[in-house]
This record gives sequence, C-alpha cells and structure tokens, in this order.
Amino acid sequence: MSEPLLLGVRHHGPGSARAVRRALAAFQPDVILIEGPPEADPLVPFAGDEDMRAPVALLAYPADNPDPKLRASFWPFAEFSPEWQAIRWAVACEIPVRFIDLPAAVRLASGTPAAPTPADDTVRIDPIGALAEAAGYDDPERWWEDVVEHRQETQPAWTTTVTDTTGIPVSHDLGRTTDRSTGRTATGGTTAGGARDGGAGAGAGAGGVGAGGTTAGGAGAGMAGVGGAGAGGVTAGMATDGGAGAGGAGPAGAGAAGVGGAGGGATAGGGSAGGVAAEGLGGPGSLFAAEPDIDEERLAAAVAPFAAIAEAMAVVRAHAPAPPEAERVDEERREAHMRQALRAATKEFDRVAVVCGAWHVPALTAPLPSASSDAAVLKGLPKVKVAMTWVPWTHARLASWQGYGAGVRSPGWYHHLFTAVDEHVVARWLVRAAGVLRKDGVPVSSAHVIEATRLAEALATMRGRPLAGLAEVTDAAHAVLCDGDDLRLSLINRRLVVGDRLGRVPDQTPGVPIARDVASSQRRLRLQPAVSSREIDLDLRRDLDLQRSQLLHRLRLLGVDWGQVLANRKGRGTFWESWQIAWQPEFAVDLVEAGVYGTTVREAATARVAEQAAEAETLADVTALVERCLLADLPDALPGVLDALDERMALDADVAHLMDALPALARTLRYGDVRGTDLSALRSVTHGMITRVCVGLPAAVGGLDDAAAAVMRDRIDGVQGALALIDDVDASQRWQALLGGLSTRDDLHGLLTGRMSRLLLDAGTVDADEIGARMALVLTVGVPVAKAAAWIEGFLAGDGLLLVHDERLLALVDAWLTGIPADGFVEVLPLLRRTFSGYPAPQRRMIGERAAHLGSGGRPRAGEHDDQVDPDRGALLLPVVAQLLGKEPHHA
Amino acid sequence: MTSTVEAQAVQRRHAEDEFAAELAALAAGDDRPRPPGWLLSPAAVVTYLLGGAAADGTVIIPKYVGSRRLMEVAVATLATDRALLLLGVPGTAKTWVSEHLAAAVSGDSTLLVQGTAGTPEEAIRYGWNYARLLSDGPSRAALVPSPVLRAMADGRIARIEELTRVPSDVQDSLITILSEKTLPVPELGEEVQARKGFNVIATANDRDRGVNELSSALRRRFNTVVLPVPGGVEEEVDIVSRRVAALGKALELPELPPAVDEIRRVVTVFRELRNGATEDGRTKLKSPSGTLSTAEAISVVTNGLALAAHFGDGVLRAGDVAAGILGAVVKDPVSDQVVWQEYLETVIREREGWRDFYRAARRGE
Repeated sequence: MSEPLLLGVRHHGPGSARAVRRALAAFQPDVILIEGPPEADPLVPFAGDEDMRAPVALLAYPADNPDPKLRASFWPFAEFSPEWQAIRWAVACEIPVRFIDLPAAVRLASGTPAAPTPADDTVRIDPIGALAEAAGYDDPERWWEDVVEHRQETQPAWTTTVTDTTGIPVSHDLGRTTDRSTGRTATGGTTAGGARDGGAGAGAGAGGVGAGGTTAGGAGAGMAGVGGAGAGGVTAGMATDGGAGAGGAGPAGAGAAGVGGAGGGATAGGGSAGGVAAEGLGGPGSLFAAEPDIDEERLAAAVAPFAAIAEAMAVVRAHAPAPPEAERVDEERREAHMRQALRAATKEFDRVAVVCGAWHVPALTAPLPSASSDAAVLKGLPKVKVAMTWVPWTHARLASWQGYGAGVRSPGWYHHLFTAVDEHVVARWLVRAAGVLRKDGVPVSSAHVIEATRLAEALATMRGRPLAGLAEVTDAAHAVLCDGDDLRLSLINRRLVVGDRLGRVPDQTPGVPIARDVASSQRRLRLQPAVSSREIDLDLRRDLDLQRSQLLHRLRLLGVDWGQVLANRKGRGTFWESWQIAWQPEFAVDLVEAGVYGTTVREAATARVAEQAAEAETLADVTALVERCLLADLPDALPGVLDALDERMALDADVAHLMDALPALARTLRYGDVRGTDLSALRSVTHGMITRVCVGLPAAVGGLDDAAAAVMRDRIDGVQGALALIDDVDASQRWQALLGGLSTRDDLHGLLTGRMSRLLLDAGTVDADEIGARMALVLTVGVPVAKAAAWIEGFLAGDGLLLVHDERLLALVDAWLTGIPADGFVEVLPLLRRTFSGYPAPQRRMIGERAAHLGSGGRPRAGEHDDQVDPDRGALLLPVVAQLLGKEPHHA
Repeated sequence: MTSTVEAQAVQRRHAEDEFAAELAALAAGDDRPRPPGWLLSPAAVVTYLLGGAAADGTVIIPKYVGSRRLMEVAVATLATDRALLLLGVPGTAKTWVSEHLAAAVSGDSTLLVQGTAGTPEEAIRYGWNYARLLSDGPSRAALVPSPVLRAMADGRIARIEELTRVPSDVQDSLITILSEKTLPVPELGEEVQARKGFNVIATANDRDRGVNELSSALRRRFNTVVLPVPGGVEEEVDIVSRRVAALGKALELPELPPAVDEIRRVVTVFRELRNGATEDGRTKLKSPSGTLSTAEAISVVTNGLALAAHFGDGVLRAGDVAAGILGAVVKDPVSDQVVWQEYLETVIREREGWRDFYRAARRGE
C-alpha cells in the first residue's frame, strides 16, 4: 500500500487543472477523492456524457422539505477547474470517484452556505492567490505558471542579445524590499547548485509567500525567518525532483544548497517548517520504492509542484489569523470528514489520489489525528434529506458567484489559459480581443495586434514577470487596441475576460424539481419554449390562457423573463393580455437559481414575493408587488404582502406616497376580479389607505410652488381616477367632502383649487352656478393675475369643452382676459398659452368662435354649413366610409 | 548640458540638468538590459519617474505621483519602438511626464515641437536657410533640421506638444517618420534614417474644442496612455505640496513653513468645483468653465507663497490663496462669478474652520 497522493489545487485554477491531469496520468490511482458533497457520487458518470459541457454546477436541494429557510447550494465547475478535470479523467479511465467533503445533508441542515466567504479572509479561500499576491503577482495563474511550473522562458521584447546567463530576474526590484531580499537568497542558493532559473523562481516566489502570509499573521520580523525557511524548503524540493528528471546540472549540489537553506530557515523560524519539508521529500521517496512499475521520473516531475505547494501551505496555515468561531467549527468538521473518507479509501484501495483545495492539504497529510477524534467531531450532526443533480452554469455566474470557489473574476481568461496550450497564449488572446472590437465596428488591424502583443511582453519583462498576465494583456489592449478608451476596454472585459460561455447537461440528468415543474406546465399549457421571439394574445376568460398568463407572471417574479407584457395590442377590454415570448438558454440557469426558493414555480414565486415584500423599501415597491401577486395568482403570498403594505402605510408619513400607491391598488381591485381572486383583504387595506390620504392631504397641499403644485395636481387626479374604479361609496363621499373644503381655501396654489373645483363640478357635488360664482371671485382685480391664470389652468386642464358649452363661464374668462392690464398680460400669457394649446385644434377653434359671438345674442348657430348640405359631394365620401366600417355600401 | 554659471541664471532648468545627479546614479547602478540607444533600462526609467532609490542609495524623488501601471505602459511603449501619445485634460502632467521620459531615456528633453494651429510642416520635417539656398543651391549646409529630424539623426526622443492642435496635413507628415523611421529629402536626393533610440512622445488634450482629430493612419502608430486627474484629495495634496516646494526652490522664494492645511483647502476647493459635488457627496455644485487642474492649484499655492513671503507675515494664510483661487475659478466673468458666489455662500460659509477663508474670499471680490 502506498501513501495517498495529495493534490492541493487552486479552485478554478487552470494551472492546477493541468497539473492535476499530469499528476493523475503519472500516478495511475485506483480511486480519486475530490473535495465536494458525497451525495454527488452517483452523478459522476454523467460527467463523461458527450452532451455534458462545462461550466456546470452540482446542485443540492432539500428533497422533500418545504421549510423555506433551507436553501439549495451549488458547487460550480468550469472546464478549467481541477476538480472537473479530475472527474473527467476518472470517468474516461473508469476509475471510481468519491466526493469527500462534509455531506450536503449536514451543511444544508446547519444553514451554512456552501463555503463561508468573508471578504477579508482571502488566505483561506484562495491561499494560492494570496501566495501569488505576496510574491508581487496580480494574476495567480501566471504566478503558478512562472513559479510552480516554469514552463517557458521569455526574453525582453526589444532585444535578442540577452541570454539565459543574465536571465530575467524573477524577483522585483520595484520597491518590494521583502521580496527582493528573499528572492536574492533563493537565487544565490540555486546558482551554487547550477539548477535552472525556474528553480530559483520557485524559491523566490514561495519565499515571498511565507513572508506575506506571516505579515498577515501580524508577527513582523521574526516571521520573515519562517518565510525564508519556506523558500529554502521549496528550493530543496524542486532541485531534488528536478535532478531526477528535468535536466538540472549538478543535482547533488543544488539539493545540498537548498536543504541547507531550509535548515537554517527552520532554526530561525522554529523547527516546524523544516520538519514539514523533510516530510514532503520523504513522501515521494517511499512511494518510488513501493511501486517500481510507475514511471518514476515522470511522476516525480508531475507531483513536484504539489509537494512545493503543500510545504508552502503548511507555513501559511501555521501563521494564518484565527477565523471566527463558526467558521473554525465548520472547517474542523469538513476536514474531519475528509480524513475519515481518506482513511476508508486507503483501506479499500491501494493507490489513492486526493484533489482538494490547497488549504486542506496539511490537514490531510500524515500523521493524521486518531480516527476516533474525527468521529467525535462528526457525531450527531443534524441532517436533512437532500437530492442532487447537475445543472448548467455560465461564465458570468462564475464571475459573480459568491461561495465555493468565489473570486474567479476572469473565467474567460482562465478558460483561454487552459485551452491555449501553445506558446502563443498572449497573441491568441489579443487576436480574440481584436475580434470582439471588430464585431462591434471598431476597426482594429493585425498591425494593432502585433503591437499590442509586443507591448504586453515588454510590460511583463519590465515588471519582472517571465509571462504576460491578465494585467499586461489588458494594459496592452487598452493602450493599443482601444486607443486609451475605457468604454472599449469594458467591452473586452465583458465579452472576453468574463465571457458568455453557457454550460449544458445531458437530457437524462435528473431534473431540478422546479425545472421539471416548468417543463410539465409548458406541456400542459401547450406553450413550448422556443428561442425565436413570438407574440401571443391571451384571453383571460379562457382557463387555458389564464393559466398561461399566470405561469409567465410567476416566472417573471422569479427573474426568468420568458415573456414581456406588451401594451394591450387588442385593446378590446381588460381580459386581453399580450405577450412577447422568447426562451433564452440561460433561463435554464436562472430557473435553477430560482430553485432555492422552492420546488414548484408557484411555491418558489410565493417565497420570492414574501422575501421581496420584507425587503421592500418604499410603499410603491410593495404596492407593485401586490399587483404582481394578483397577476401571478399567488393567494398564499398575498396576506404577507398586504401585511407589509399595511405596515409601510402606517409608517410612511408622506401622504404623497400613499397617493402614488393608490391607483395600482384600485386597478387591482377592479380588474383582479377577471382572474377570480378573493380580494376582500385588499379591499379593506385600500379603504384604510384612502382614509389616511383624506386625513393627511390638507397638511400636504399648503405652501407648494409651481412645480410641486403640478405634481400634486396629478396625484389628486390619480386618486380621483382610483376612486372612480372602486366601488366604495363611503370613501368617495369622504373624498368629495375633503375636496369641497380644500377648494375654497385661499392659501392654496391656484392650480390645485382650480383643479378641485373642476373635480367637484364633474362629480356634481357643486353645481354650475356655484362654480360660476367661484370663478368670478377668482378672476377679479383683487387676485394676482398669475394666481388666477393658475386657477384657470387647473380648472380647464385637458378639456376645453366646458367653455364651449357653458357660455357664462366663457364670458367670465373673456371678461377677465380682456381686463388684464398690459404688463400683467405678458406675465400670464405663457400660462394661458400652455393651458389652451393643450386642447385639440377643433376645440380651440370652437372656443374662438364662441368668444367672437359673445354678447351678440344667444348661442351662435351650430354652423352655417348645417343647412347647406350638398348631397352630391357627400355621396362621394360614402364608399370610403363604408369601407372603413367594413360594410358594403348600399345602393339605393 | 549648460555650464553651472548659466544654469543658475536660467529661470527653469531642463529636467536632465535639474536631476542630473539622479540620472547618473541610476545609470551607474543599472545592471538590467537597456534597449539600444537608451541611457537607462526601462525599469530604471520607471524608478526615475515614480521615485525610489538608486543602487548606491541616492534618493530618487518622485516626478509623477499616480498610477505605476500607466508609467509602465508608457515606458514599455517606448521600449517597443512605438510612439507614445499622452492624452488628458489640461494640467494632468502630460508635458511634465513627456519631458522627464525624454530626459531619462535619451538624456535630452529639448527636442521639442510646440504644436499650434499655425505649426508648419517645416517644424516636423526640415526648412531651408534661404540665403544659403539662393547662393549655393540645395545642399546639406542649407538645410535647417527640425527637432524631429535632429532626434532621428542622434537616436533620441522628440517631443511634440499639443499634437491635436497641429493642422491635419502637417500631422500626417509624421506617418512616414513613425512607420518607416526615415525622412526623405527629395531636394537633395537623399534621406535621413533614424538611429536606434529615436522615438516620438506626443501630448494632446482631449477636452479642447476645435482640435484636429488624428487620422486613423497616424493614430494607429501611437500607443495611447490617458493620464487621469488625481484620484483622491490626499494624492492631490501630495502632488501640489511637492511641486510647490520644488518651484519655491527654483524661484528662490524665502523658505516658508510647510502649509499643508492651506494646500488642502485649495485642493478641496478645486476638486469640489471640478467634480460638481462636495467631497462628502452631500451637495451638488455647478462647475465653472475652466478645467481647474492640479497644475492651476500648484500655481495658486505658489502665488500665495510669494504673497506671504514678500508682503505677508511669512506664513501662508487664507488671504494669500483666496485671491488666486478666485482668479483660477472665475474665467468667465458672468457665469463663473455666479458659480463661485453660490459655492462660497452655500458650502464655504457653513464649513467648520473655514471662517477665515470665507472672509478672505469675500474681501477679494
């Protein structure tokens, strides 16, 4: 039996992914253990299906538990994720895969998310990224490539005379003094032994790492020694392994120098690092002895990076700050479970490979704590029943995802790094960037791409990085391809750096319950998802159409915008609803994400609405929810939303908000009936709202300027319209009484009093005589002309017919107008023009005609043309009219 | 290089003279590969621009305070033989950066063409000494080389200021120079080929009206670096203090105690008016017509220092900078005056500890 091979990876790191494949191919394990939920074991074979395309995610959801507090969890994988590559490799080689993380059943029950990710604790989430950062790299994958794999060596772009004897200094002299000193030490050590530059790079990088990690631990100068130890240890590991296979000159010397460094460092730092280094070297050695049939040189080369990373991790872990208690417990449980799974696997299989986050490697390294202590940690943890499946995922989601493997801000770049395996990584990338820009109509020539590539490489050399990383290619694209334009750069970022890759899962994958529900609804309602857009009209009186409408509305609530409501195309009554529907492939992912809310669309939409109602900030938000709730027919959600509405209403001191909210409620009350919902609760809430408006309005209408008065007028109109919709006699009477009181108040803006008077007149509360008297009162010398004009505007707004038909009012306006002094007239002219220009031209003409005949004895004739009908000319029009009406003209 | 006596008499010394010691120290300790024709390696040029220390411990003072990334792109551009276009609103240190780049790369920042609407083609190619031309006919001796031609012949950096102000046809005469690295002289039947180390740094203003956009043929021969306005108050205060101190030394003003508080005020006023909002983000403001660049803030503070030193009590006080600020903000006597008044009455007046400034500003009107 051999030691298990521990492959500590960077989650979603393409460099790790390649290294994992190499290591697995060299090691030929009998079983692969992967960090992930064990419930997913039966799903592994699907990963080999030819219809399966990354990015995909493992989804765990409570199987038959309606408790809304239990949320589903996701474990996303991209093509370049080491875990995914390990799974694919295993499936292809028909080797069993086991997931060894804490079961999803436990994690879901305890309510912790898939991976706790406090923003400040980057070391735990992405320790390799933190190592890279400490070494002065902003792209961890390029660090992995330079330091861990040192696959290529580049030369300054402006010269060909530099040879590898001068080399490219791996450490920076750009102001990072810690790095520089450790870098120099490491370089010295390797030069003595005659190893490759790459070896020096590894040492320098890891040295910087140790120093960075420990500085985070807060222990200053003493820790720098430990950093040095890490550097020495790694150098030793690399040199020895390299000596076996990768062509270093004088391996013994290099090993001695490196080990010396490690020893010295360990003395300074306190022994532990040295011990770990020795362990790391011992592991592969004993392994060679046990398995003579494996290609040892190849294996040694393949596992060397992991040995180095494991040592660095031991140092980082020893000096990382302590996490919060909840997280510590969680980590302890997870690692205990991983160890238990590892023990079980080593009993059963001979050659075991483990693929897990680099952070966990030290916890799984022998000597392991006793099995009984791990069992104690795991004992009696609460569980729920969970189901798991594969779901498609997208690169954009990877970039924004919070949780397991968070922080992949550039999935497109990683995918490129993983798939572009030749030496033209940078050129290929910039060619694609040029393609993105060209597609958007930005002219970019091949000459641009050539120059951008040169610039990226020159930048990398100047920054002391053997390879251009994302920062370099982005800078080069910005300066050359985008002419310094940020907008174009953001286009590249969106399309390329993040990318729009969409995953796919085979049809026979167990479906997500909510997706199954949608699919069955689609079949039942004969509404097939199609990518091409089409328009449908639904007659809500028919049960089938009503259910279709409800499905579309519910999906919209869940963020799946399958259909867009169109403005009523048919326009023949409120029972018609028009939709434009188009099914996008990403909806499958949206739906999966919505699956955290429930297992059916109805259930999920209800939960989502309840959540939104609780989170809503303004009254208007809640009101909109009420409406959507009714449209989507979610009676179970309604009480909660109405409670939220009631609460916001009580707390909202601003009567304007209440007035804004009222029309939507009134519409709901009026037209909700078409959908056959029970609205009594809503009715009482609305009634309460009207009462509040009536109480609050008198205080809200005083002291308004022109602009505020205009807004308030629209609100008053809104309330009036709402009251007309709902059948609430009591409320209407109260409102009319309120308007009656307010409309005679002198301190209000003329626009408002004018408007209120008009509303009262229309409602018949005040008769025409009374209105005439009021108008006469307003349009007298004592009232400033501006106020009078505002009153007129409010009174007449939108409709001049009144003046056409009521000569007395017209006479009043006419007398007032002609009596305005010249300077005052200039002042009110704009107001009057605004008022009258709003009327349709015929109305204006008729008002003009009436005004011209004012005082000339009664109503003018309705028009001279009345009694002079020319039947011949009229007959010419008849066929056209008949055609418009869709009838055959009758021939007498 | 000018002699010491002359150097002390000139009002403003060239970058390569002013910082000759720094450049020499960097060159001595620079063991990285240098592109042909360069006096320093690219990394050392970046150190020279952003400050640090030379190998022998000589302190390099920062010439540009801002993003390292931008300077690296600029230097790498020159190292890859591409022309560099520095874009930005006025006062974002475009000219300053180009002067120091030229000084650090080729030890000579004087090969300068000032672009104006009247810049002739001769300023970029070559002209003729007409007396010679008439008496001897066309010859090398009768040729008057432009700064660009001299830079080509010596393998140095040529600088073109305000490239977008140059008429388009004159701009385009750069295309051959930048792509073929040669300048034909048909009158003599010969050509001048650029030696290694030749390059062009152009600056242009992307805010001005009435500029001549570069043709796309020319544009693609440049890499573009956009220099931003300083990101935060502290960064800008730092820039202003450094430059004021350096200028004060050059102008031989009497030594004054550092006046960081007044500088912070000037910078705050400039930033708030430029951004159209107060620093705390609570109040919206109107912006005046001028650009209110960092360079103007520097000149306001320098002016204030001169006032304080010669007419005041030797300490920079609110009154010394207030008049200068007014002059910088109110470029348009009508509309800017309103902007300034509003700002003064609504923001400055209410601000704690700004009483003296408010009074001084009111007096200044």
